[in-house]
Amino acid sequence: MESGDKVWEVFIQKKSGLPFKHAGSVHGYDKKMAVQNARDAYCRRGEGRELWVVPANCIVSVPMDEAEAYFDPQEDKIYRHPTFYVIPDGVENL
Amino acid sequence: MDKFEAAFNDIIAKDLKVEPRDWMPEEYRKHVLRQVSQHAHSEVIGMQPEGNWLLRAPSLRSKQVLLAKIQDEGGHGLYLYSVAETLGMSREEMINQLHAGKAKYSSIFNYPALNWADMGAIGWLVDGAAIVNQVSLQKTSYGPYSRGMVRICKEESFHQRQGYEIMLHMARGTKEQKEMAQDALNRFWFPSLMMFGPHDADSAHSSKAMEWKIKRESNDQLRQKFIDKTVPQAEFLGLTVPDPNCKWNETTGHYDHSPFNWDEFWAVVNGDGPCNTERLDHHKKAHNDNAWVRDAAVAYAKKTEGSLV
Repeated sequence: MESGDKVWEVFIQKKSGLPFKHAGSVHGYDKKMAVQNARDAYCRRGEGRELWVVPANCIVSVPMDEAEAYFDPQEDKIYRHPTFYVIPDGVENL
Repeated sequence: MDKFEAAFNDIIAKDLKVEPRDWMPEEYRKHVLRQVSQHAHSEVIGMQPEGNWLLRAPSLRSKQVLLAKIQDEGGHGLYLYSVAETLGMSREEMINQLHAGKAKYSSIFNYPALNWADMGAIGWLVDGAAIVNQVSLQKTSYGPYSRGMVRICKEESFHQRQGYEIMLHMARGTKEQKEMAQDALNRFWFPSLMMFGPHDADSAHSSKAMEWKIKRESNDQLRQKFIDKTVPQAEFLGLTVPDPNCKWNETTGHYDHSPFNWDEFWAVVNGDGPCNTERLDHHKKAHNDNAWVRDAAVAYAKKTEGSLV
């Protein structure tokens, strides 16, 4: 890649209060250009009210061969769920 | 089979999506990369035949519409380069391959856009064929490609309609305008049908691509879908599809067609179309002429490195 030309990941917020959602990526040499390119590429038809760009190389993810252990559903830890606890009849609003 | 390969096979079998960091067979990666790079270059080179008519659009409305369509195509090229980058090839490398003639784009863009009726025929037929293909690719097994296709299909629905509107306008216009519309249909019909690629029996990359669900329908299935949709639209315009064998077949429930001129198709793919050299030269020239913009951007980025916004 040419010096200065970086890949940025784009996150768009559709409406106030909603989470930012990954939309894709754009190229940009600096922050301002990345934001403008993200607007032009991903928000031409009212797709969002706000957006974030993050340098793609700043995103860290779980190593693939460790993913299984990281995302073990931990089904043995059933006490993490409210249904594990027995509450006698007659107790309300719990 | 190791556990990674088993996980990949499971994703394919269950119709889930393969994501960039998942293990995938090298051949799968290469296939998706080749297909997406071809798709991206097609969007970008496809801006040229239409750009040719931007300054000669017959009204302000048609100029605005054409400009919006071309802007979309540039955007779609960018989405697709992003998809390809997730597979480990930089955009710069893809553009180098295009310039070196190692990467292809759809051969339909090597035909010239001779007059305003061609803007109609391109929107109606070329975008129409592309949309049939892209609707099917929304279900492709590679996650980023699939999401890109969903976005592109949503945005492109106006492209075909604006083309048909131009055709309708001309078909209902003067005798000369109707003749221009018919002439454009005559020139773009077969090249549009050949956009779907070789017949299934002759398609080098198809079977593995179907097995891995990169492609969800075969070239011939998609082509037939397009013919069946489009022939009645031509009839509505009062125009004639330039194929005497293009008739409704009661037995198959589809329209028939004549054999295609594959010699012409391969000649155009391999560089011998009317505009191959022009298209590539134009891309190279724009890229090289704009080198100073990239240099300026590097300088500005250095200067503003520590800034908050």
